[in-house]
Amino acid sequence: MGQTGEVTTTDGPRELTVGMGAGGLATADMVLNIGPQHPATHGVLRLRIVVDGERIITAEPVVGYMHRGAEKLFEVRDYRQIIVLANRHDWLSAFANELGVVLGVEQMLGLEVPERAVWARTLLAELNRVLNHLMFLGSYPLELGAITPIFYAFREREELQAVMEEASGGRMHYMFNRVGGLKEDLPAGWLDRVTHAVRAVRGRLPDLEALISGNEILEARTRGIGLLSPEAVAAYGVSGPIARASGVDMDLRRDAPYLAYPELFAPGGPGRVVTRTAGDCLARLEVLLEQVHVSLDLADACVERMRSLPQGPVNVRLPKVLKVPEGDLYTATENPLGFNGYYLVSRGEKTPWRLKLRSASFNNIGVLRELLPGALISDMVAILGSTFFVVGDIDK
Amino acid sequence: MATVDLPLPRLGVGAETAPRPIKVVLNWGRRYSLWVFNFGLACCAIEFIAASMARHDFIRLGVIPFAPGPRQADLMVVSGTVTDKMAPAVRRLYDQMPEPKYVISFGACSNSGGPYWDSYCVTKGVDTVVPVDVYVPGCPPRPEALLQGIIKLQEKIASESLSSKGMRAKYGGHRAATAAEVTRPLVAPPTREVVGG
Repeated sequence: MGQTGEVTTTDGPRELTVGMGAGGLATADMVLNIGPQHPATHGVLRLRIVVDGERIITAEPVVGYMHRGAEKLFEVRDYRQIIVLANRHDWLSAFANELGVVLGVEQMLGLEVPERAVWARTLLAELNRVLNHLMFLGSYPLELGAITPIFYAFREREELQAVMEEASGGRMHYMFNRVGGLKEDLPAGWLDRVTHAVRAVRGRLPDLEALISGNEILEARTRGIGLLSPEAVAAYGVSGPIARASGVDMDLRRDAPYLAYPELFAPGGPGRVVTRTAGDCLARLEVLLEQVHVSLDLADACVERMRSLPQGPVNVRLPKVLKVPEGDLYTATENPLGFNGYYLVSRGEKTPWRLKLRSASFNNIGVLRELLPGALISDMVAILGSTFFVVGDIDK
Repeated sequence: MATVDLPLPRLGVGAETAPRPIKVVLNWGRRYSLWVFNFGLACCAIEFIAASMARHDFIRLGVIPFAPGPRQADLMVVSGTVTDKMAPAVRRLYDQMPEPKYVISFGACSNSGGPYWDSYCVTKGVDTVVPVDVYVPGCPPRPEALLQGIIKLQEKIASESLSSKGMRAKYGGHRAATAAEVTRPLVAPPTREVVGG
């Protein structure tokens, strides 16, 4: 408790020679406490930074303000109930979070999921990815002082949320996955409305893009700021769009494919992995922007494929009490923000013995310790925002 | 850090002795200019943002989301899971708001703990830390639900009759609690080690 509000210096008073004016001025490093409640980001990440004038010397993310104990709660929920909690840690990619749980349980049970369900899951996962990226495409410029993009981003979000809601009943937490498939079949005529929504979003996306890409102010604040090297990516286990913006070409949808991704990411397919080499804040934003286009293409491909599939079941009938055979399995999926893994250890009971959650944001913000030192305070928000994190995903 | 005792809240002389019609006018002004401070904590904060965007737009109800901080705000919307680690900060920022102040608890987590009701680290409702005026149910509630919650709060403000005595009854009692007091003490380690499992 003693840390709050306490002013400490880590390496004592230092001598600083000022070039002009007053000659030798004795200054001390100042500890600046950012957060946990601050208007800059959507969440309660706390940073403890030591500054020398305007220059950041060290930065330490203090996590745990959103720790909800999800992993411990998994152990007292049965496999159907786990999905409720599993989709809430990263609230912007709820569908992708559910997927990891059900894919793992299905694999341990040896279940074959109907083809329609596989394609529907892929479609919904890609729509969810677009929703997630749109949020950051709106909030990141907002953090840099541009308020307009978020209005455009939310217009598109509402459009896509409407189709997601029509299928699942939820605007954010879909709860549409079940072990063995989906909760229920898709509504009649829904695929047409998805096509329409995707077309509408794609048609209006240039409005948003025009505000972001090529924007002189935004580029001045992000180009060359917060350089992340591929070595740091490997050292900290950074994944997702942030890693790809540093030239690390990895995407589980292509490298360890699940669902219908083997077909979508096959040569000639619509799937491609977006990478940049600059590794700065701008590159990270560009990756996000381009991934929206790729995901919309993937969604279109899924819709086309689903139209040609014959009618059939979307789930498998399961016993009332679902018990997973003894064993353990690690399931990783490519969430919108990076690798999301579940390590499931079962002892043959109806609840998991342990379900370890590996979330993307936790590793991604760990690298702030490397990114922030040397930067100016005014660049802190730009760097912080460009790591695209969800606090629930950090703290679980 | 030394603590400073805040003075008890009071109304100005004018407002205290104002005739009823003036009080109605004052309440009318108060209900339609709620500067809101969003205590965005979790999923619900996204729906709060959605409610402030073009489609739902709560600014038309007089709720203004541009308060620079709690010191300039009349309404605090707690949206999301309050954890035991976060609770002191919620209390501290609530204490910084000027009276009369209102709190909307937005979402199941801040109402009661929600899906995390049996978690070891989640506060079971923000009303254990600050007084709440309106509860909005849902997980997360739709933006429309927040709009209704705001209207309910406005009805409540319209029908209230403020006096220094009433304000002290409502807020003064809570002044006794400081952020430090809602901080949970350290959890003692288990005395007996459980071997195996």
